[in-house]
Amino acid sequence: MTEEIIIAGFGGQGVLSLGKILAYSAIMQNQEVSWMPSYGPEMRGGTANVTVILSDERISSPVLRKFDTAIILNQQSMDKFQEAVKPGGLLLYDNNGIIHPPTRKDINIYLVEAAKEAAKMGSAKTFNMVVLGAYLKIKPLVELENVIKGLKKSLPERHHKLIPMNEKAILQGMEIVKEENLV
Amino acid sequence: MGELRLMKGNEAIAEAFIREGVDAYYGYPITPQSEVMEYLTAERPEKRTGMVVLQAESELAAINMVYGAACTGKKVVTSSSSPGISLMQEGISYIAGSEVPCVLLNVVRGGPGLGDIQPAQSDYFQSVKGGGHGDYRQIVLAPSSVQDMYDHVSLAFELAFKYRILVLIQSDGLIGQMMEKVEIGEQKPRLTNEEIKAKYDTWALTGRTPGREHNIVTSLELDQAKQEQFNIHLQNKYKEIAENEVLYEEMEVEDADYILVAYGSSSRICRKAVNLAREKGLKVGLLRPITLWPFPEKRIAELAKRVKGMLSVEMSAGQMVEDVRLAVNGKIKVEHFGRYGGMIHTPEEVLEALETKIIGG
Repeated sequence: MTEEIIIAGFGGQGVLSLGKILAYSAIMQNQEVSWMPSYGPEMRGGTANVTVILSDERISSPVLRKFDTAIILNQQSMDKFQEAVKPGGLLLYDNNGIIHPPTRKDINIYLVEAAKEAAKMGSAKTFNMVVLGAYLKIKPLVELENVIKGLKKSLPERHHKLIPMNEKAILQGMEIVKEENLV
Repeated sequence: MGELRLMKGNEAIAEAFIREGVDAYYGYPITPQSEVMEYLTAERPEKRTGMVVLQAESELAAINMVYGAACTGKKVVTSSSSPGISLMQEGISYIAGSEVPCVLLNVVRGGPGLGDIQPAQSDYFQSVKGGGHGDYRQIVLAPSSVQDMYDHVSLAFELAFKYRILVLIQSDGLIGQMMEKVEIGEQKPRLTNEEIKAKYDTWALTGRTPGREHNIVTSLELDQAKQEQFNIHLQNKYKEIAENEVLYEEMEVEDADYILVAYGSSSRICRKAVNLAREKGLKVGLLRPITLWPFPEKRIAELAKRVKGMLSVEMSAGQMVEDVRLAVNGKIKVEHFGRYGGMIHTPEEVLEALETKIIGG
């Protein structure tokens, strides 16, 4: 199994940490991972994206042009990465701020209204975990138990009290994810 | 099995410096390697092992602190990125001329000049041909994963002390900034002053030992006959290194008609390109030099006898390709492909270049 993912959105949405938690979770089940951010002179509100690869084998290129999955969290990223999904691949998006929803017919498209859900839960910071939950519902590549282990590993001890809330957000994401186009 | 962590290359190498039992790190921050010193200072190595971590006032100061401390037989290291490494070249030449062991990390970014902060491999010439003055060489290791960043530290110090030479670890912004799974090794103890004296008393400045002459560490010898003798000694040492320390890795070369030659980040991209080529039925293999100097020229010459062409794939305008051509010596076609100035080629672009420049060319 090799899963090549691009996660893209605004800086500050937790794009990089979503990728990091996913990568850590995969390590907990002894898989190979790579996490490659687009880095640069960037800032909150600018675009941020990260390529995450999970695999049972040694990972070759951390730099990719085509992806099995694109998790898209703003319009700019939709414009940039919709075409980068391999035919038959997965596009998961949050529609907050999306003016032009995805149009491809040859890929699986799922919607998660994560921003809305996070606001309902009273913590905008759980946004990325709602998205993660949605992704794991569609592609259960890592066990929830390993995600919690991954959270413990990637969060500093002083933030461990936030883990139950994050777990709740993940479960919520699994609940609310909707199919829009299936191939 | 050691502890598994998800780390950036820059963090992994910083942890490796501590675990290797390094005595001192002197550095000056620059993107994309600033995490090295950030990590070191956050880890408080002065408490973990007694290791000194010092932010110097400039790269010039940092390399000369390395030079000074290395004269005492201590394990010392610095890190920087391309423009910073350029500033260090005078000190690097002095270190070569004084034969003191030390380790340097260059997390290469786009150039020339200040360039940008994105990954590049355009410092190959500087690393392997000598950016400073004089007839000198340094061993150059090219990690291609975060695990390599960790593992190459031990290897670098082993070689540095074996040959009393500067070992440069040439990474780039991609390996430095990306995170992968790393297996962390055991903490090695730092050597005591007595242990250093026992091991390196023949050359290091460890305090006067009764009954022997003063050790003098210098790169100055005004008697030209003696300077020539010293240079001959250096060249003999370099020859020995070239014969014994070449490292490389291969992928699918056994039945290959065409070979990609790539190191570091670019070799990772080429692994995928090899897979794409094989899916299309093209017999393509990869040779990845691990040591850029000494260069695996003998192996490349051997392969040139039975393959049809080679493509040197670098994130530069074409630097290593010159060494590949020297090794091939006109037997087969050798071309270069690569994006540069901070751009990174994709596996698909590599395959396309191989098809147009070598297979169809």
